[in-house]
Amino acid sequence: MAKITFITSDEETITLEGTSGSVMALAVDNGIPGIDGDCGGVCSCATCHVHVAPEDMEKTGSASEIETDMLELDDNADEYSRLCCQIDITDAIDGVVLKVAK
Amino acid sequence: MKKSEFPDPFENTRESKGYGEMDDQDDPVTMLLRHKDVRKSAHNYKTFQSGATPGRIVIPSEVNIRETRQIPFEVDPPVHGIYRALVEPWFKRPLQPEYQEKLAEQIANIVDEVLQEDSVEVVTDFALKLQSRALTLLLNTPFSESETWISWGTHVFRSEGEALDGDKANILYNYIDAEIERASKNPTGDMYSILLDSEFEGRKLTKEEVKGVMVLTFAGGRDTVINAVTNAIAYLAEHPESLERLRKEPEITGKTVEEMIRYFSPLTQMGRVVTEDTFVCEHAAKADTRVSLCWASANRDAKVFENPNEIVMDRKINPHVGFGFSHHNCLGATHARQIMKILLQTLAEKVGSFEIFDCKENIEDLHHFKRKVGFHSINMKFNPLTK
Repeated sequence: MAKITFITSDEETITLEGTSGSVMALAVDNGIPGIDGDCGGVCSCATCHVHVAPEDMEKTGSASEIETDMLELDDNADEYSRLCCQIDITDAIDGVVLKVAK
Repeated sequence: MKKSEFPDPFENTRESKGYGEMDDQDDPVTMLLRHKDVRKSAHNYKTFQSGATPGRIVIPSEVNIRETRQIPFEVDPPVHGIYRALVEPWFKRPLQPEYQEKLAEQIANIVDEVLQEDSVEVVTDFALKLQSRALTLLLNTPFSESETWISWGTHVFRSEGEALDGDKANILYNYIDAEIERASKNPTGDMYSILLDSEFEGRKLTKEEVKGVMVLTFAGGRDTVINAVTNAIAYLAEHPESLERLRKEPEITGKTVEEMIRYFSPLTQMGRVVTEDTFVCEHAAKADTRVSLCWASANRDAKVFENPNEIVMDRKINPHVGFGFSHHNCLGATHARQIMKILLQTLAEKVGSFEIFDCKENIEDLHHFKRKVGFHSINMKFNPLTK
């Protein structure tokens, strides 16, 4: 079980709990605004972009090469950017705070 | 070769020099073939613009048959973003459960229909009908409108043996003009009425702007959806183990849809007009010439995709550009993805096997490249699943 907190572009804070699957799927199932997950989680659409809180980067890890390639063309991306379809929900990410990019 | 095999005609040229060249009505095109170049150039709207003469970024060019600017497709940022934000919520409606229920009912009905037949021509009797009926949901217009659209045939611009058909385009434009007039006099909850009531920078959208969005909606999702649907069925017909896998592992359906979009790449390429002298793959691209972003080639780039010429149903990382990339990525993608997902689910649920009798391939002539993009016709039988 992991608690994941999303901060939307309207500064709304929503905390969800999940046990498996991707963070994107959890967000979409719970209607988090700004996370669409159009491609279902295969890293082709970049509609699940989040900024991980700097102190949580150790828990989520940084973006993979393919993610970075997707993100490098997004003007809004920085070193804390992740596509959350590529973050699996495990106990290891309990407590992370993610700021929705869109 | 299997009928559902779609060879990659770009491989050698993509690997050796990275670009191809084709002529198109005396307005030649430099085709970008590599995944990285295609994505970078799609993102760089300042050097590679969409807001050129209407019809010029389409290949084959529609400059001679169209004056209406398609919106937001033929507009560059930042104005593009304003139009896009205006129409995007409408095009995200396919994510709503009630939209998906209606679509599922339409698709179940059409599959039930063809299960009764001894022989079905899938392009006309299945894919065209499915696409036209589903479009009534996207437009929120009466179901009966689909009969008119079905009567237009598979491509609203192209007819047999002729790349561009002005008369056929006029059928569409006249129809849209009439619909806009109707909605202007008697607004309903349909897409025409919603657009006419939309605000753009403090004023209502003009009828010409509404027409631009509607032409894009009709044209962009016509042969692309028809090819995706037909090709997917041809693939499942020749890969019964894949149909079986969708039954046993329905959770991979979404990934299979993405993989089919990558492999089939229903839209081969999209053009841009170069605004300043530049280089692509060390090849000079002069201002006011055209380049194309060749999605179909990028989607087979072995630098990005392992086993690029195979359908890997559960491909986990799949950064394909089948719906384009960056600012102008496909507005209708949400609708198209739902069609494909529900189609695969419905076929897995109802169809036991398929038999292909005969087919006529649709080969695009891209000058130095010949690319199979789908079928002109494919006759098949759908056998019901017996439990």
